[in-house]
Amino acid sequence: MRHRENWIGFKTIVLKELSRILRIWMQTLLPPVITMTLYFIIFGNLIGRRIGLMDGFDYMQYIAPGLIMMSVITNSYGNVVSSFFGAKFGKYLEEMLVSPLPNWLIILGHMAGGMARGLMVGIAVTIIALFFTELQLHSLPVTLSVALLTSAVFSLAGMINAIFAKKFDDIAIVPTFILTPLTYLGGVFYSINMLPEFWQGVSRANPILYMVNAFRHGILGVSDIGLGTAYAIIMVFLVVLFTTALMLMRKGVGIRD
Amino acid sequence: MKALSLIGLEKVYANGVRALDGINLEVDEGDFFALLGPNGAGKTTAIGIITSLVNKTAGKVEIFGHDIDQELEIAKSMIGVVPQEINFNQFEKVFNIVVNQAGYYGIPRAEACRRAEKYLRQLELWEKRDQISRSLSGGMKRRLMIARALVHEPRLLILDEPTAGVDIEIRRSMWEFVKGINEAGTTIILTTHYLEEAENLCRNIAIIDEGRIIEHNRMDRLLRKLHKEIVLLNLAGPVEAAPELDGYLCRRVDEETLEVEITDQRGLSALFEQLNSRGIVVQSMRNKSNRLEELFMDLVENRAGRQQAAAEGKS
Repeated sequence: MRHRENWIGFKTIVLKELSRILRIWMQTLLPPVITMTLYFIIFGNLIGRRIGLMDGFDYMQYIAPGLIMMSVITNSYGNVVSSFFGAKFGKYLEEMLVSPLPNWLIILGHMAGGMARGLMVGIAVTIIALFFTELQLHSLPVTLSVALLTSAVFSLAGMINAIFAKKFDDIAIVPTFILTPLTYLGGVFYSINMLPEFWQGVSRANPILYMVNAFRHGILGVSDIGLGTAYAIIMVFLVVLFTTALMLMRKGVGIRD
Repeated sequence: MKALSLIGLEKVYANGVRALDGINLEVDEGDFFALLGPNGAGKTTAIGIITSLVNKTAGKVEIFGHDIDQELEIAKSMIGVVPQEINFNQFEKVFNIVVNQAGYYGIPRAEACRRAEKYLRQLELWEKRDQISRSLSGGMKRRLMIARALVHEPRLLILDEPTAGVDIEIRRSMWEFVKGINEAGTTIILTTHYLEEAENLCRNIAIIDEGRIIEHNRMDRLLRKLHKEIVLLNLAGPVEAAPELDGYLCRRVDEETLEVEITDQRGLSALFEQLNSRGIVVQSMRNKSNRLEELFMDLVENRAGRQQAAAEGKS
């Protein structure tokens, strides 16, 4: 009965998020492009030349998918955590909470906003990468689906962080102390086959490893991890995080007294 | 039909504070209803529960017969709320704030834009539509929240201290506007600390104190309960002491002002006769405070006094 109203509500949230991303593009789109350009220059070009081949590709080609995925992850997460927490802190989240928008739709709307920024930055970084190296496209469906699913996972993670956050420090802790280390140790810059067996096992506990490798498979056709396992892990995270966000919203944790 | 029914509504916060202690309240459709109470009485908590910003501990809330536990989305679609605190994105444009709110209620964009224009014009904000909301004055921000609350044309409008901090000219124009909205059929619940505002606008009233409804009545019936009125008399010349007046309590405020308590049984004529006989000429007269204010203070202070007496009795 409310399908049409829900669709309009969803579009409103997404358009609001897109308008925010574009309005403050100097904070949302430009910094990751500059950072990734520096990564390509320093790690890819200057240091990478001395490293030689990795899994049959020159180092610049090998790290490019990982760097694109790193941008998608950090920007999807960063978009939702800052937008949702900003709305909570500024109290204008109440605009949505008093409206008939169901909780799942508020989550989906913000998730779509986070995915939009993740993908915009991902595309921008891909274009930058093409200035430094040649990228083949092994499988478009795998590349796209992994990028979309990963950005959805980290948008939801950002939302959960924002739900719990009480002050601005709380939205910086997870990206700084958890997300960044996991990303760096998630096979962006190296193949886990280079690690001793023990550290390979430890690395396999890192979910970002599966996402980076699945995406690398989509572009280069090489991966340290089986594609099926990677999709399964991503889907499990997607379902668990969505359910958690929904449960928190229903209970009103951090948003209702 | 009841626009709002609260049945045994309770709220105990995590820190143990009992904000609502089983309140029962009914508001008729089309009413202009005042919900008054001192700070911390539980008004905003009650409004928070009605608008689903606060989780209730126990009890039932129905909006036009729709239970918020069973039909939350339908119930929410019928309510518009103007909160006490500014709660819009201060970096967003005025027009977008209203149009986005319409979107959250499922109103298509073309219709949302039409309604946004209508309400922004009515609230004299149309010229500011492209401004960032942060740049608006305090009064304009309040009016923007009213436009936002009306854009989905709710059947029940809740105004939580809508004129707080607004100058008298804007306050009066806002009164006229909300009167018009009510006459067009929207039920309005108003909380305010300006009791003159409640007395002028509202037909029915409830007074809440320490989480309980201590009075729920028609405004005119409630005001009839007030058996006394205190007036201030500005005198033509100075007096050294308050005169002894038969049947009136009189106090000297300063050398040219007297404060007199007038009860139902004694009119004004006898007062003036007695003053004239003592050679005291009254130049002008005004009420010390408005009638509702006196009644409100009586109710709240009497309750506090009774509680204190009970506590002393126990100890």
